Amino acid sequence: MEWEVVIGLETHTQLRTNTKIFSGASTTYGAEPNTQACEVSIALPGVLPVLNKEAVNCAIQFGLAVNAEIAPRSVFARKNYFYPDLPKGYQISQYELPVVGKGAVTIQVPAVGKNAAYEKVINITRAHLEEDAGKSVHGAVEGMSGIDLNRAGTPLLEIVTEPDMRSAAEAVAYAKKLHELVQWIGICDGNMQEGSFRCDVNVSVRPKGTEKLGTRREIKNLNSFKFMQQAIEYETRWQIETLEDGGTIQQATVLFNPDTGETRAMRSKEEANDYRYFPDPDLLPLAITEADKARVAAQMPELPEAMKLRFETQFGLTSYDAASLTASRELAQYFVETVDAGADAKPAANWVMGAISAKLNAEEKTLAASPVSAVNLASLLKRIADNTISNNAAKQVFEAMWNGEGEVDAIIDAKGLKQVSDTGAIEAIIDEVLAANAAMVEEFKAGKEKAFNALVGQAMKASKGKANPAQVNEVLKKKLGA
Amino acid sequence: MALSTEDIKKIAHLARIEVSDSDAAATLSKLTGILGLIEQMQAVNTDGIVPMSHSQDVVQRLRDDVVTKTNQREAFQKISPAIGNGSEARAVDGGLYLVPKVIE
Repeated sequence: MEWEVVIGLETHTQLRTNTKIFSGASTTYGAEPNTQACEVSIALPGVLPVLNKEAVNCAIQFGLAVNAEIAPRSVFARKNYFYPDLPKGYQISQYELPVVGKGAVTIQVPAVGKNAAYEKVINITRAHLEEDAGKSVHGAVEGMSGIDLNRAGTPLLEIVTEPDMRSAAEAVAYAKKLHELVQWIGICDGNMQEGSFRCDVNVSVRPKGTEKLGTRREIKNLNSFKFMQQAIEYETRWQIETLEDGGTIQQATVLFNPDTGETRAMRSKEEANDYRYFPDPDLLPLAITEADKARVAAQMPELPEAMKLRFETQFGLTSYDAASLTASRELAQYFVETVDAGADAKPAANWVMGAISAKLNAEEKTLAASPVSAVNLASLLKRIADNTISNNAAKQVFEAMWNGEGEVDAIIDAKGLKQVSDTGAIEAIIDEVLAANAAMVEEFKAGKEKAFNALVGQAMKASKGKANPAQVNEVLKKKLGA
Repeated sequence: MALSTEDIKKIAHLARIEVSDSDAAATLSKLTGILGLIEQMQAVNTDGIVPMSHSQDVVQRLRDDVVTKTNQREAFQKISPAIGNGSEARAVDGGLYLVPKVIE
């Protein structure tokens, strides 16, 4: 039987505020334990939560960025459970009336093997504001766990999708897109090592072509895209094998072990979730007006989707190229700077997505650390455009620039890469080539098209790669009367 | 909706409240009474009425995102629970609050 995997994601994004969602305690990462745990964070009796305006603004920004409905009135609720890192005995979250409603993001799924790249719309079910819990530290004192409540009360936006993804690749493409988006609009620092962006992935399988969803298992707390890919692939295989062996899937929460590459169910006893949500009487309904939305919208940067469309219309780029360039704000910025510095848009796009990205990937560098600046790249592209160097020579110049060997023109001179565009000189080279390759000329005249390319090759070789290929073509055609 | 003593035990466990078997029956009858009241209220037609989430008809005031809390760890940890076992020492270590070991 052919199986289909169905995936939905819940992502906790830590909002980039100075203070906690319900108190004026700092949220700076890495402070000494409990030095940023105020009376609200540690839940002393009688304290009251006061909502952070900036956390609300972040939620509005996200809602606007995914074209979602933003609730004019949303409600905070208590999610009740006991755990030492949650001293109140409940987490303040949103349940029935979340701040952000239905929205959507368009993802780009990269090509894999024979499968071409494609775009897909992933629907967002909702996004709600909530507070983070503290952290448990094990092993410091024998038989005890240590609790650090610095993180308790840090604002989170939990973003929930519909079960719209059908492969690990789609889930990872969505997670990457969301990761870029929240950084693009500046609501989250995106630091996955520090837990600023954590994904829970719901995975189920069903016979291909059927409608009914299978029983899902939730993989908790994935904080790297690589682990996400591995965890989903393992989980999918495990579920299919279990079903094919005649077993059934029990709803469960599972953890991924990066060392073994396997998922494992958490103990199920405590897991029968019964959170007994109810509206938090300590908080009034959150009202968001049209004026609030307009004020936030006015401060937002151009969104990736809008920039993508602009790149298509303004520069004539393909949808896929425009999407790739707007995959991150940094990349888009670099491309725009290259064009602003005088490069033509299409070659600029190709070089940014090609040579630059390849180098950055290979050396695990960010664009900010690129030895070739946007202005450097533009000056290189200008030398291709004005026929000073060929595309091939440009690759050598680029390598040299990357290795810090200097400016474009200096490198071209030093390496003697200047292209020969003098028609007289090219004609002389071609005359020699024709004389030395009479057999090829005969073949061409007998109708063998391939012989023409061979002659071009000979001419390029004779010029040590410096002849302008377009001119070589032209002159050769003329001489052969083709 | 009928509750059983099983339900009472479960609710008590979720709330970490100890309810003895002898108290369970009394708790059951009290809770059943409350549910009866709710059932009575549910008979009222509330179509088109927005559910009330707070008794006051005002909206949430927002706070500016400015740090106003200073580090009071020492003061808080002075009054944190004692280790127990006859020891009056506070259950803190290296700035962490200590609790009986929790391991997933």
